[in-house]
Amino acid sequence: MSGKIFYAAAGMGRKVRAKALVASDGFSARYDLDRVRSVFSRPEHKLAGQTYHGRVLVLDAAKGGVATAWMLHEMRARGVMPAALVLNRVNPIMVQGAALADFTMISGFDCDITKAIAYGAEVEVDPSGEPPFIRLV
Amino acid sequence: MRRGEFGPLRQWAIEHQIKVGNYLGAADFVPVTQAHIMADTESLGRAGVEWLESWTRLPREARQVRIPTITDPRGTDFAQAQKLKQQSWMLDLERRAIAAFEAFGVLMTDTCINYQTIMPPVRGEHVAYGDTGVVIYSNSVCGARSNFEGGPSALSAGLTGRTPRYGYHLDGQRRATLVVELSAKPCELSDWGALGGIVGRLAGDYSQVPALVGVEHVPGPDELKHFGAAMASFGSVALFHIAGVTPEAMQFADLLPQGSTLPRRAIGEADFRAFQARYARDIGAVDLVVFSAPQLSLMEMRTLAGLLDGRSAEIPLFAVTSPQVKPDCDRLGLTARIEAAGGTVLSGMCFYQSYAREMAEANGWHRLATNSAKLVNIIGGYGYRPVLLSMEQCIEAACAGGKLAARTQS
Repeated sequence: MSGKIFYAAAGMGRKVRAKALVASDGFSARYDLDRVRSVFSRPEHKLAGQTYHGRVLVLDAAKGGVATAWMLHEMRARGVMPAALVLNRVNPIMVQGAALADFTMISGFDCDITKAIAYGAEVEVDPSGEPPFIRLV
Repeated sequence: MRRGEFGPLRQWAIEHQIKVGNYLGAADFVPVTQAHIMADTESLGRAGVEWLESWTRLPREARQVRIPTITDPRGTDFAQAQKLKQQSWMLDLERRAIAAFEAFGVLMTDTCINYQTIMPPVRGEHVAYGDTGVVIYSNSVCGARSNFEGGPSALSAGLTGRTPRYGYHLDGQRRATLVVELSAKPCELSDWGALGGIVGRLAGDYSQVPALVGVEHVPGPDELKHFGAAMASFGSVALFHIAGVTPEAMQFADLLPQGSTLPRRAIGEADFRAFQARYARDIGAVDLVVFSAPQLSLMEMRTLAGLLDGRSAEIPLFAVTSPQVKPDCDRLGLTARIEAAGGTVLSGMCFYQSYAREMAEANGWHRLATNSAKLVNIIGGYGYRPVLLSMEQCIEAACAGGKLAARTQS
């Protein structure tokens, strides 16, 4: 499967390469994360207890409230944050937060990206591609 | 503005909005009349506060908002911070954030119920609101037009007087995408919150617009407040319709896109029981009771005071309201009645936006009862085990030293 590429509808930020944390679940910095310990803290989350620092998070949809718009910026300032966010479906808060934090994010695929990328796979995310993409390496 | 002729802050704001608008497919901008900023310091962090402060050194004319711009709850009630065991660094950070926002000309209203207390938007009015509960209520019940505007984007809208025209500013995005047939009767506010949570889960993302049919009585503002806040929280949903109730759904046919058949889902009594049971598992007692998220209206405060009359809470009981409602509660004796029963009235904050994890560690709180489905959804991530009960059941638990009555356990 190495080299397989999945194109997204939109993207922003810089090209990154890292291991993927994959789950068919949502993402909200406020609802799901302990940002001090850099782990998923909501017990019901499928990635509960796992560290997100330096990982490409491949998840289903942006969830929850507006706080993520500030929290991505705060996480970047402390240098403890995911490498990128790859979502089937985005909401405006994730886009606004990524824009402020200069955070790498791509979204919108013609398949369920959480089924297409294996947990733990090494991936490259290039939001500047035309179109933006995630690639298995 | 892009050339910097109105200063670097407005230049940053318009570039931020263009970046967001490009990602989300906005063709142009739409003028907005109000902005509402979510910016508690738990989410801002030191970095966010320092970022705000960096702009306050600009000349006054280069940093003032152009339209009325107000704020969501803060991370503390300074008058009660000691009781909550919040630390001095939290309060210092809050003071710095407040000073920065005031330098922008932002009105520190500190409320998530501005649609009940400040200036409710009217049908068709384009606004830039933060707080998902504010957006969904304003879109659905008032018929206003807003997307979820996070802090940086709401501040940008305040500074530029416009926002990218995408999502719920567009007619085509406001049609129903899912019909929900309701066969149960929500009674308590917690039931309306549970219904919002169930519908939010069914809908599942920001693009979805659920339309409810089968609602037998016209819900009141507090019922719709809990319903919408929970739906937005569980599903990231920003607009709903209720046939015959909300302004864009006075006829069932109004809800439906022309020539299309929408998916239909049924919700009955069993769904409510399953929703509530999910949060009551294996919890026989709670450490505190919290009424918050959204802040309580004057009518909710009145109900709470009535239920607490002659009672005594034996564990911490917090009622969180807005700085606009609190003076009326004081003047009308509601605060005194709640506090005579051992409760604490908090103003201008929201429980989950107020360093909830640190408060839990400092106070030994773990198990929390509330009538807010939204709070139940959020607070688990902060290390709490929440239980969703009616307001009356919450009070029973508080007055029984935290012990939950058998009927509230699954």
